[in-house]
Amino acid sequence: MSEATARRLSDDLLRPLLETSWRFWLLVVFLGAIVATGLGTWFYQMYHGFGMTGINMPVYWAFYVTTFVFWIGISHAGTLISAILRLVNAGWRRPVTRCAEVITVFALMIGALFPIIHLGRPWLFFWLIPYPNQRMIWPNFRSPLVWDFFAITTYLTGSVLFLFLPMIPDFALVRDKTTGLRRRVYGALALGWQGTPKQWHRLESAMQIMAIAIIPVAVSVHTIVSFDFSMAPVPMWHSAIFGPYFVAGAIFSGIAALILAMAALRKFLHLEAYLHPVHFQNLGKLLLMMSLLWAYFIFNERLTVWYGNATAEREVLLVTQRGSFAPLFWTMVVCNFVIPFVVLSVKRLRTIAGCVVASLTVVVGMWLERFLIIVPSLSHKYLTYTWGHYRPQPVEIIIVSSTFAAMMLLYVLFSKLVPIISIWELKVGEHYVADTAPPQAAAHPLLRAHP
Amino acid sequence: MAVDLDRCTGCEACVTACHAENNIPTVGPEQAGRGRAMHWIRVERYWEGEFPDVRVRFRPVMCQQCDAAPCEPVCPTYASHHTDEGLNAQVYNRCIGTRYCANACPYNVRFFDFFNPQWPKPLHLQLNPDVSLREVGVMEKCTFCVQRISAAKIAARADKRDLKDGEITPACAQACPSKALVFGDLNDPESEVSRLSQSARGSKLLEDLGTLPKVTYLERQSGV
Repeated sequence: MSEATARRLSDDLLRPLLETSWRFWLLVVFLGAIVATGLGTWFYQMYHGFGMTGINMPVYWAFYVTTFVFWIGISHAGTLISAILRLVNAGWRRPVTRCAEVITVFALMIGALFPIIHLGRPWLFFWLIPYPNQRMIWPNFRSPLVWDFFAITTYLTGSVLFLFLPMIPDFALVRDKTTGLRRRVYGALALGWQGTPKQWHRLESAMQIMAIAIIPVAVSVHTIVSFDFSMAPVPMWHSAIFGPYFVAGAIFSGIAALILAMAALRKFLHLEAYLHPVHFQNLGKLLLMMSLLWAYFIFNERLTVWYGNATAEREVLLVTQRGSFAPLFWTMVVCNFVIPFVVLSVKRLRTIAGCVVASLTVVVGMWLERFLIIVPSLSHKYLTYTWGHYRPQPVEIIIVSSTFAAMMLLYVLFSKLVPIISIWELKVGEHYVADTAPPQAAAHPLLRAHP
Repeated sequence: MAVDLDRCTGCEACVTACHAENNIPTVGPEQAGRGRAMHWIRVERYWEGEFPDVRVRFRPVMCQQCDAAPCEPVCPTYASHHTDEGLNAQVYNRCIGTRYCANACPYNVRFFDFFNPQWPKPLHLQLNPDVSLREVGVMEKCTFCVQRISAAKIAARADKRDLKDGEITPACAQACPSKALVFGDLNDPESEVSRLSQSARGSKLLEDLGTLPKVTYLERQSGV
């Protein structure tokens, strides 16, 4: 890579850090206002009592737990995909990994809030944590909610490390390019990086170890989230397929979130030279495969329940497919399967815009999927006398929507403070940047056919 | 406990007595309409047959005090736990309100305090001093009137004697005019409840789920 290209890379990718327009502040204030409204609504709910929500007997879990599972699912985009792409050393990963990994960290932080928001007494949430106390009381290690606590904290710690390691050389770059307070802050974050061969070697091995270690952690996290449901004797929850089904759904919605984030970055930070249509096409193909896998799982799940014909389970199945939940169910099928399948399997439609449309529907569909796993089962348990309904109330809708603004806000702030595309990885890689492709790659017949 | 379905008339005296004994808040018609009514014992009403040949069936349902209770392992803080006597107890002060126990309970007999409890006047004057009040955000449920069990045990120990069968009566059984509810010690083979539990008419609610409930329902014999 020539000296000029390297300089252009640094200039392009550091520009968001060094120059700030009024539009950035407008966006931050707008998103911040929504997040503040959400926080205020949460305090309102705590002050007046949990009854402000639509929760009732028998639907004791609904919007908040749905959104909890949704965000933990979104978190599977980043780390898992980035770890796999790193391990197989896919060259096209280089501009994608960091914006993927950071989704994981923020989605986990937001998702982990929901088990606290949904508590009847959220101020006592720390009783879920095993901490030494004079009463000698420990949490109940048999409870899947305690497993959740361990799974999420492990995954969050691992993901933060996994995100942080490849940022070190870039922090050092920012340190060297700035002055004053900013230089000191980035200098501290760079942990004394000098770029010696020994440091490079250590960074490389640490990243390799984290990439291998984080994959089983990611798989276990969503399996454990699925255990929240499958460990309870509730019709259509108590199912052995839930572990892999939830993991597949998590990766599915995660890829969709990644495509949306990349499209937004490409547009607003003008990264057209770095995020190419081929990135979206590759991720689009992955999304298509996950859509098929998701359809396979849900078909499996529903067919076995239908043939099993157990009284309580059949009622839940029918109320979802034909009863009051049917409009939501078929919307979910269209969003998660029909639209992504059509858009992503036709090559002409698999453009950036096509991938964005498919990802949007997948995000909506996967939220509905979690809702349809939780609410129909709870509202149609064994004793027909206790069947019930659920209707979300304003507090739930406001709090849930404000977390989407929180995700965007965190992402916007992050891309302002950290180069969202790993500069050093682009430099060391032979990644195709604008018109400086290495000749042997351009000459490859496959690449010529599909640039 | 044994419940004779032949004797139950659906009068709901048990429900009222339970509310009075256990300081259960009345939530008002609007909240009750939204599914927030808290009846530790409820009388389920089912219709059989087609009009005009319709029969109504009643079934009082309270916490079944399962031996293999699904609510217990899922509670992250041990608020829902098993006592040495085999009761399924709820420690209100330890509950943080995940409501997981209520989801796991196949009988839907666990209730959540959506708001701080309130009693319309003059009900606030008749609170039972032996039963703790529950604050907003915790789960509560039938205790088999554990305060009466404890009081009877203390009285028996003071008199240096064993508990007699029939000495302890929960509020619901005490209020039942047709004596459909019978309470006693299942470990005592001589007790009336043990005898009724062995009855050929006896069955457990949702027995197939393997929760080993301690309440036996005696099926109807009469055609009416």
